[in-house]
Amino acid sequence: MPVPEVTDSFAGSVNRITLGATKDDGGTRSSTVTIGGAKNVVYGGLVEDAGETPVVAMDVLDSKPEDWPEALVEPYKDVLDKPGDWAKKCVEEFGADLICVKFDGIHPDKGDKGADHAVKVTEEVLKAVGVPLVLWGCGNNEKDNEVMPKVSGAAKGEKCLIGIVEEDNYKSLTAIALADGHFLITAAPLDINIAKQVNILVSDMGFPLERIVTFQSTGALGYGIEYAYSIQERQRLAALSGDKMMAMPVICDVGYESWRAKEAKMEDAPGWGAVADRGPMWETATATCLLQAGADIIRMRHPRAVATVKRFISKVWKNKG
Amino acid sequence: MILIAERINGMFTDVKQAIADKDKKVIQDLAKRQTEAGAAYLDVNVGTAAADQEGTMEWLVESIQETCSTPLCLDSQKPGVIAGGLKVINPENGVLLNSTPLNKKSDEEVFDKYIEMADQVGPKANLIALTMDKNGVPQDTDTRVAIAAEIVSKAMEKGFDPQRLFIDPIVLPVKVPNAQVQPTNILAAMDQIKYLADPAPHMTVGLSNLSQGASERSLINRIFLAMAMSHGLDSAIADVFDTALVNAVATAEMLMNKQIYSDSFLKVYKSANK
Repeated sequence: MPVPEVTDSFAGSVNRITLGATKDDGGTRSSTVTIGGAKNVVYGGLVEDAGETPVVAMDVLDSKPEDWPEALVEPYKDVLDKPGDWAKKCVEEFGADLICVKFDGIHPDKGDKGADHAVKVTEEVLKAVGVPLVLWGCGNNEKDNEVMPKVSGAAKGEKCLIGIVEEDNYKSLTAIALADGHFLITAAPLDINIAKQVNILVSDMGFPLERIVTFQSTGALGYGIEYAYSIQERQRLAALSGDKMMAMPVICDVGYESWRAKEAKMEDAPGWGAVADRGPMWETATATCLLQAGADIIRMRHPRAVATVKRFISKVWKNKG
Repeated sequence: MILIAERINGMFTDVKQAIADKDKKVIQDLAKRQTEAGAAYLDVNVGTAAADQEGTMEWLVESIQETCSTPLCLDSQKPGVIAGGLKVINPENGVLLNSTPLNKKSDEEVFDKYIEMADQVGPKANLIALTMDKNGVPQDTDTRVAIAAEIVSKAMEKGFDPQRLFIDPIVLPVKVPNAQVQPTNILAAMDQIKYLADPAPHMTVGLSNLSQGASERSLINRIFLAMAMSHGLDSAIADVFDTALVNAVATAEMLMNKQIYSDSFLKVYKSANK
C-alpha cells in the first residue's frame, strides 16, 4: 500500500468502542474507556481526526510470577500474590486506564490452576477496581477453552475485553463472549491475511465487528518491532480506506514482550547502564513506537514506563477534538 | 470497482413486457436483486418499444425509487429522455447520466447540455462521456485519447470536477471482421486517459457489448474486465448476476492490492458491496 500524504483525508475510520459497563449500563464499573475513532494516521490530518486518546492497560497476573526480574518485582513486591491489591495499586498509584488480568497460572506448565481459581481472581479484581478489565487467557488452547468461558461468565455484563481467539481456535470463546456481552480480541501471528480471516470467521458466528479489538502480536524493540509496526500501520490504512474487516481498534502486548528482551533484564552487562533503568526504557521505547503506528490499547508492566508513556500520549494527543 | 448493473433495459423482453404492462414488480425485483449482487448503480434504459420514452423513463425511475435507494444511471442518447428521469430523481441518492459524446453533427452542444443537466441535479450527479465525436467512433488509440483529453479540459473549463466524469472509450464487439485489434487499442487508450487529470477521471465500459454475438460471452467479458482493471478501468456497465464476473472483479482487486487478502476474500467482497 502507498504511504499517504499527511494531508490526505479518508473515507473510513477506526471503529469507536466503549469498554466497561457502569451501573446504568448493567455493570459495576465506576468508569468506562472509549478507544478508536481515528480518521487518519497518527499525526496525520486535522486535529479532530485523531480519534480517542490511546490508553494503558496494566498487567495483573492471576498467580505470583516466578520468572520476573528484580526490577519488575520491586514495585509490586507486596501484592504479587494478591491480584485485587495488585490491580488497585496499578489504578490508584500508577494511573492504569484498564487492568489486564493475565491468567498465566492456569497454563499446564505454570501451575495448571482450575476454573474456580480463575473465577475467584476475576471476582476479586472486579471488586477491587472500578476500571474496565481485559481478561487474557494463558495461550494453551485446551485450557483456555475450559477456563475462559467461566471467567467470561464471572464478569458477565461488565463489557470486558476478553481473549484471545485465533484462526484455529475461536468458537468457544466467541460464543460465550457474545452471550455475556463482552468485547473480543482476535489474534494473528504477525500475519495481516490471517488477521482478516479471523475477523471474518468470528463475524460469521454473528459476533458484531464493532465489538472486536485486534491483536496482531507484538515484537519488542530489537525483537521484530518493525514487523509489528508495519502490520499496525497497514491495518490502520486498510481501516481508513473503508475495509470493514480491518477497522477495529488495536491492542499491543508491550509489557511481556519488552521484558523478554535480554537487554531489559541482564544484570551482568556493565556497558549497558543500570539494569533498573533498562527495562522501563525498553518498555517505553517499544510502547511509544507502536503508538505511532496506531495502537489503541497498550498492555504494560513497569510503573515508570507507564508514567513516561502516559506523558507521551498526553502530549501527542493533547489538542485532539 | 463501480459496477453499473445493466438489466433494467427495455431491450430485454421481461423489462419490455413490464413497461408495456406497467408492472412495477418486475422492475423493483430487478432493482433489489442487482443491488444485492453488488451494483453501485442501476442502469435504466427504456429501450425502443415504448412510444413515450420520456414518460417511460419517469415511470421507471419512480417505480425503482419506491423500494430501492441505489443510485441510478439514466441511459439514453436523447437528452430529453434523461431529463424525464431527472424530473423525478432523488438527488440525494446520486445519479449517473449515460451518456454524451464530445459533440455530434446534429448537436454541437450536446456535451454542454449534459453538463448543465448534471449540475442542475447537484454535486452527486456524475456523467459518462464517450470518446466519440461528430466523426463517429474512433478505431485507433490516439483519437480516443485526444477526444478524452478534450472532454476533460472542457469539463474543467465548465467547473465540472473531472472526478465526476466517467470516460467510456467504447468497447466494440470482438466478433466483427477486423475488430480483434480493438481491445488492445482500448487498453492502450486507458493507459493514457488515466493521466489526463489528477486524481484520474473514472473510466467505464459497456462490457457486454464486447461479446455481442460471440460464444463464451461470460468468459470473454470477465477476462477483458480483469485486463482492463489493470489498465485503470474502475467501472463497468455489466451483468452483475454473472457470479464468475463478480468473482473476477473481487480477485483482480485483491491481486492489485486494493483489498487485503484473506481466505474468504470473495465473500468479503460480496458482503462489502451489498
